[in-house]
Amino acid sequence: MTQLGWAELQFGVTTVFHFFFVPVTIGLSFLIAIMETIYVRTRNPVYRDLAKFWGHMFLINFAVGVVTGLLQEFQFGLDWATYSKFVGAVFGAPLAVEALAAFFLESTFIGAWAFGWDRLSARAHAVAIWLVALGTSLSAFWILTANSWMQEPVGYAIRDGRAVMTSLGDVLTNPQLWVEFPHTELAAILTGSFFMLAISAYQILRKKNQEAFARSFKISTIAAAITSVLVIVVGDAQAAHLVKAQPMKLAAAEALWNTSSKHAPWSIVAIIDAKNHTNAFQVQIPEMLTILAYKRLSGSVEGINQVQAQMVHKFGPGNYIPPVAVTFYSFRIMVFSGMTMLALAYYALYLLKRNRFTQKAWFLKLLTGAIALPYLANSAGWIMTEVGRQPWVVYGLQLTAQGVSPKASVPATDIELSLLGFVVFYAAMAYAAIHLWKKQIARGLDPDPDQHQHESPRDDLFLETNSLSRP
Amino acid sequence: MGLRELWFVLVGILFTGYFILEGFDYGVGMMHPWLHRTDRQRRASLSAIGPIWSANEVWLVAAAGSLFAAFPNWYATLFSGFYLALVFILLGLIVRGVGIEYRSQDPDPRWRSTWDWLIFAGSLLVTALWGMAFANVVRGVPIDRQMIYVGHFGTLFNGFSLWAALTFVLMFLVQGGLYLGIKGGAYSRDVGRKVAQKIGWMATVALSVWFVWMDHLPSASDHVDDLVVMGQILAVAAMLGARIAAYFTKHGWALLFFSLTIAATTFSLFRILFPRVMVSSLNPAWSLTIYNASSTTYTLDIMSVTAIIVLPIILGYQTWLYWIFRRPVNEEEMRY
Ligand code: HDD
Ligand code: HEM
Ligand code: HEM
Repeated sequence: MTQLGWAELQFGVTTVFHFFFVPVTIGLSFLIAIMETIYVRTRNPVYRDLAKFWGHMFLINFAVGVVTGLLQEFQFGLDWATYSKFVGAVFGAPLAVEALAAFFLESTFIGAWAFGWDRLSARAHAVAIWLVALGTSLSAFWILTANSWMQEPVGYAIRDGRAVMTSLGDVLTNPQLWVEFPHTELAAILTGSFFMLAISAYQILRKKNQEAFARSFKISTIAAAITSVLVIVVGDAQAAHLVKAQPMKLAAAEALWNTSSKHAPWSIVAIIDAKNHTNAFQVQIPEMLTILAYKRLSGSVEGINQVQAQMVHKFGPGNYIPPVAVTFYSFRIMVFSGMTMLALAYYALYLLKRNRFTQKAWFLKLLTGAIALPYLANSAGWIMTEVGRQPWVVYGLQLTAQGVSPKASVPATDIELSLLGFVVFYAAMAYAAIHLWKKQIARGLDPDPDQHQHESPRDDLFLETNSLSRP
Repeated sequence: MGLRELWFVLVGILFTGYFILEGFDYGVGMMHPWLHRTDRQRRASLSAIGPIWSANEVWLVAAAGSLFAAFPNWYATLFSGFYLALVFILLGLIVRGVGIEYRSQDPDPRWRSTWDWLIFAGSLLVTALWGMAFANVVRGVPIDRQMIYVGHFGTLFNGFSLWAALTFVLMFLVQGGLYLGIKGGAYSRDVGRKVAQKIGWMATVALSVWFVWMDHLPSASDHVDDLVVMGQILAVAAMLGARIAAYFTKHGWALLFFSLTIAATTFSLFRILFPRVMVSSLNPAWSLTIYNASSTTYTLDIMSVTAIIVLPIILGYQTWLYWIFRRPVNEEEMRY
């Protein structure tokens, strides 16, 4: 593989990994804030215990989110130095503001919240977690401002071969941002909700603190029911926006090689033959694509070949077609996961209304397994977004191949080596996080036997086994 | 002072905050498994930094973000040039951050001692590599006329940078020791004070030698002015002040003085660089400066307004965080 290939792989792997943790942070912080608010209102100690339990799950997640985010912040300079020089004046600003206006807020109040159970009043403690929730969403907003600009550059000019910002207002009112941010934010809350729903279902199933977990089941079901609809509504708006903003991405997501008739069908599956620009086989729903793109019953969607021809005309010779199969299938994985979550959330809501959910063992089992769905949808959604934009790194302005760090500073072997390091370390961190999650789930709401333990015999045990520590 | 100068100063301030605050954390991490014998002591030492390490680390995130926005070429050349060094810094930061959070959540002794050593190794690696990185920025590295780093990882190893690594390690050990001396509570307070006392002299010597060495580097000697020298004298004097304060058991003052040492050191480092931000060893004219590495006035304006509004607020709530956790670690505080 080339240096460019390794750099792309490294970026994809590390960013997808960061995004395993980020949505849970965003989503859970809101749900915990709601629980603590209920506690402040009702003083029912169950909500305090629940907030502690979910807070603990949250902190295990947060630790990995933070350290993997650190790498993200450095990564543009490490692997994409030429890109960084080109976009710094536009793209760097939201990143800097994110650190100053969001990460500080989030990290400081998480510290205060996690260790402030006895130091702060119940009210102040609830305020702290609301500020954390605000901080996480602000950070999503700023990073997505940066990302949206890469998808749809606005408010800039090219000077001396660099992109410079000419209007902050335009960057902040980028139409792409105002579909991308709500979609990602809602997806994050949905992710947090399914995380909570799946684990609550599991606890109810094995009759651990059943009464309490029925309450978090309820909160997360309601949140999932609301956000699963909205995520789809906004996702649909995003697809419609692509018609204008990035017709190539939409065509690739549909594996639509040639411009459709006025009544475009939507393919459920297809066997894609990218070499010959055709699909060997496909199963289609009539009219659906036209509806998706235009919200009416008539309108043709441009095909890959036609957009390619337009782009050659505009940007000169070259191949402007992204990997079609990846884009096509990642879109379908996201949509399929989203629809499934919608169905599950509403069935859970239905059972909740009839107060029957504790008896449906099969459904509780299904919900437990459904924890994988938001992770699938998130990763697939980002892969579609980022791979579908290729070969551009900044749409219409810079090709990914032009953005990579110079080979003289960063040879392929350095990237391979570091990728290996990150993969090994990330796997170990993920393993550790899952280990602790399992432990915490097994314990449920019972107090931690390792905390507040005076005169523990374990100290001596520890001394003996750790021969390395010296007096 | 123009906008570029302002942002050079602000980047310097962000790194100063990072070194002072994470100085505690890395110092505590580096002495963690060696000097804390029992599990209880180890928990006490980690609990002393537990609630604050992640807020401290954001100073680095903010410094990196500001480099990117204010001096894109500096960000790009530094990070791609010092590639492997930064990768190791990141790996170190990953294991020590997760280690602090996870270590005490499972009583299994093997689990705990694995994390203990990872916290130690991560803290040491990060500290030493930052020393090396900054030393090389001043000493000069092969940068060509297109601002491209043409050296390799080995280029970063030289006498001056290795000495800087040693100096940073000693200084952060003292900083961590002084911090534990206040926050460590019954379990690890004495360990911290002892470290600060024993390492203190070595750090003073190492830093003084490093300053003299730096002032005589070909890349730096004609940038030594009164401000540089004053910063260096202040740094060493504050160190002595810290010792005297510690001697009279004024531990809070000792920590304050030593933080001043770190601030003055960072100041003299940035001052000797100014207006360069990365020195080219191939040709002084190819060095990156605040003029050829900076972003545009418009972007700097936006960032300045943001920074001027939010920095005081950040300082406010971070002080509040330290305030609510001002009590030394006791039995109830052992959350780590
Ligand atoms: C729980 C997660 C989740 C769910 C259920 C969905 N999405 Fe999504 N989607 C994301 C999570 C996500 C994401 C990972 O957050 C992305 C990546 C970039 C973005 O803005 O959001 C995304 C991107 C994304 C894009 C690409 C936007 C672009 O490239 O500019 C489109 C067109 C859609 N989504 C459409 C949908 C539709 C029609 C859905 C209906 C079922 C849907 N999404 C469900
Ligand atoms: C967190 C969610 C994200 C995921 C999962 C993700 C995933 C990916 C993937 C898989 C690629 C590789 C595309 C390819 O190799 O063809 C990529 C490219 C890229 N993404 Fe993202 N991305 C995310 C968010 C962002 C954001 C927020 C930014 C900017 C702020 C960004 C900047 C880039 C850049 C600069 C590249 C170019 C490098 C390349 O093509 O590999 N990404 N991303
Ligand atoms: C859609 C994409 C992204 C979103 C929504 C997002 C959001 C977040 C959130 C909520 C956190 C809080 C901690 C946690 O993860 O648990 C976080 C951490 C972090 N993210 Fe991301 N992030 C994204 C991608 C990126 C990218 C591409 C970068 C690189 C610039 C980045 C940089 C960071 C950093 C530096 C941290 C650590 C902050 C700290 O110390 O608290 N993130 N991110």
